[in-house]
Amino acid sequence: MLQIMEGSHAVAEAVRLSRPEVVSAYPITPQTHIVERLAEMVADGDLDAEYICVESEFSALSSCLGAACAGSRVYSATTSQGLAFMAEVVFNVAGMRQPVVMTIANRALGAPLNIWNDHQDSLFLRDSGWMQLYAEDAQESMDLHFLAYKAAENYDVLLPAMVCFDGFILTHTYEPVDIPTQEEVDSFLPAFKPYQRLDAKDPISFGMYATPDYYQEFRYEIHAAMIKAKKVLREVGQEFSETFGRDYSELVEGYRLDDADTAIVAIGSVCGTIKDAVDEMREAGRKVGLLKIRSFRPFPYEDVRVALSGVSKVAVLEKNISIGSRMLGAVGLEVKDAVGKQGADVYSYVGGLGGRDIRRKDIHKLADWAEQGRNDCFFGLREELL
Amino acid sequence: MALSVGCTARPGNARDNKTGSWRVFKPEIDSEKCNKCGTCMMICPEVCIEESDEGYPEVDYDYCKGCGMCAEECPKDAIEMIQEEK
Amino acid sequence: MTGEETEYFDAGHRACGGCGPALAARLITKAAGEDTIVVASTGCMEVFSTPYPETAWKTPWVHSLFQNAAAVASGVEASLKKQGRSEKVVVIAGDGATFDIGILCISGLFERGHDVTYICYDNEAYMNTGIQRSGATPYDADTTTSPAGKLSTGNQRPKKDIPAILAAHGSPYVATASVAYPTDLMKKVKKAIETKGPCYIQVHTPCCTGWGFDGAKTMEIGKMAVNSGLWVNFEMEDGVVTKAKKVKREPVDAYLKAQKRFRHLYRPAENTEEIAKIQAIADKNAEKYGIDIKMPNKN
Repeated sequence: MLQIMEGSHAVAEAVRLSRPEVVSAYPITPQTHIVERLAEMVADGDLDAEYICVESEFSALSSCLGAACAGSRVYSATTSQGLAFMAEVVFNVAGMRQPVVMTIANRALGAPLNIWNDHQDSLFLRDSGWMQLYAEDAQESMDLHFLAYKAAENYDVLLPAMVCFDGFILTHTYEPVDIPTQEEVDSFLPAFKPYQRLDAKDPISFGMYATPDYYQEFRYEIHAAMIKAKKVLREVGQEFSETFGRDYSELVEGYRLDDADTAIVAIGSVCGTIKDAVDEMREAGRKVGLLKIRSFRPFPYEDVRVALSGVSKVAVLEKNISIGSRMLGAVGLEVKDAVGKQGADVYSYVGGLGGRDIRRKDIHKLADWAEQGRNDCFFGLREELL
Repeated sequence: MALSVGCTARPGNARDNKTGSWRVFKPEIDSEKCNKCGTCMMICPEVCIEESDEGYPEVDYDYCKGCGMCAEECPKDAIEMIQEEK
Repeated sequence: MTGEETEYFDAGHRACGGCGPALAARLITKAAGEDTIVVASTGCMEVFSTPYPETAWKTPWVHSLFQNAAAVASGVEASLKKQGRSEKVVVIAGDGATFDIGILCISGLFERGHDVTYICYDNEAYMNTGIQRSGATPYDADTTTSPAGKLSTGNQRPKKDIPAILAAHGSPYVATASVAYPTDLMKKVKKAIETKGPCYIQVHTPCCTGWGFDGAKTMEIGKMAVNSGLWVNFEMEDGVVTKAKKVKREPVDAYLKAQKRFRHLYRPAENTEEIAKIQAIADKNAEKYGIDIKMPNKN
């Protein structure tokens, strides 16, 4: 059923339809509308879940972990400072192989304090063992939650997942969203069957400590599961296409990339802007295309290599920065590795931090810079302030 | 043996670790003095004093660390801590 | 099985010989019974009982981090409630996890009123990391981060009153207990589990390694603590003290002299001023909880 709704509410609908037994999240801008809508649903009996009003993000993810170990499908949501606060638990959940799904309403990390969008928050946890999926619009923001649960709960994966959508840009804007029925979602995502659970009838100790004799192999297993997750995500994406008619069978999406000489690569909602800019540049006779990356973890190296194989210059739009890094951003590092030494020249351009608007003309400039071979740049920098 | 998923384990293999090797002193129970009060059995932190068929406490020396709590708490002074021979 | 009740804690764990917390783990799980899910914090008990692949726990058991046992327990409880399951959730965490780093999570659990029993095994310092001072460390105790020295007589702060803090959160049942009185401890554990809502028991678990005494004396030290008035075994129901163990109180010296962590108060010379301060703490406890056995009037 097609409805116009706020991105946050579309996510709340996805959560409702996924039937978590326990919801535990701490309110933080710009995620608040999700948790508020979920509370409303519980109060009205539209979502049959235990809703825990935790006292902090740290406790939000910790209580989700406890509930997952006890055998429940769980949900949480956070951003920025909240995600940083719960970072210890983030690593813990992955290490304990619990399929928690958490929405990240991407927001800048302080200091300085900033409530607007960029990708520094989720990307700083790229090493944690969580899958990371990035949405372009409200529909995708919703759909990725179903995919995340299904992939996370798969016994070949058993890794938690972050579904990332841009704060304010997607959380607070209204778009038409096709909301599936409960029956459709139930057929795609059946009831949670935990791999193992806390149960007095079959006692298990969870979260033991591992000496140097064992620890390394446990970490290896998490890494191996993340690699397997690529195949599982494609499979659930394919199944999703067959059930709902929207294609998520690929972890990347090319737009006018087939005959492009220059490619812009990005994650998240800015891909929408880039598509418009690409159309403009094509109109002006430039052979530019977009490669949108949907899954940052697991990173689809082969898909990226193939997609960019015909391209000679790549401009990666980074809404994140690895301070002190020569490549500047997390996405460019992976893309550069994916294309390899024989592939295109890859340049990372940082901008849009802390909610700084990205205009179509900025995208034109990135294509220019890549073609000129310019390196090591921020775009949209206000020189007069420096 | 392959690792469990997520560093978990089912009960039972703590017993693979025979902590009796830690002992310097060994408790010996004098059944003449013992009044079967059950104190030593209840308070052993190693859970290694069991009740024999006759109702007397029996130490499982595979696990006894020789801490001496049983001897200290026995109301009848029926337990003596003897230095183990090398 | 040892005794008539089933044991849920196994031999083969790696605690020091004479470990107070090890005895507590055994007594608590025995009292709690089969239908229990234990939530642990990082600390001595967690480390000595679950080195992969060996676990000493025969109940379902989960450990996440140092500070979040209360939050994990909140989630377990919510899940069990949603699933309609009967298991009871019991947190067993040390004083470090409870008084200090976990104070955020425990406050949340108690404020929200989850049906969880939270048991703190109090060995009065961060023992697992090497005997550092915690909010539970008693006044003048020597620890590695509050050492007695030329300019210091040890820890300079009184014990944080966690039972009062949690009673103030509206807990229906708050109690203190000691491994030196095992039957009393087990009775309190059963009562806390049977009482609906967030209940708290703080168990005194003398630590031979950290406090400096022979492991055989664990229970004796625990009894001395109670007899000195420095540890009071009491029960609070809905915020009001309803029971406190009465004692024929001894001066604090016997208890202090028996432990290396207070030895600096007696050697090289007796520090009468500091000992008097500790005596005053005991006297205040005695008055507050009414623990002194009143001798009959000899008229």
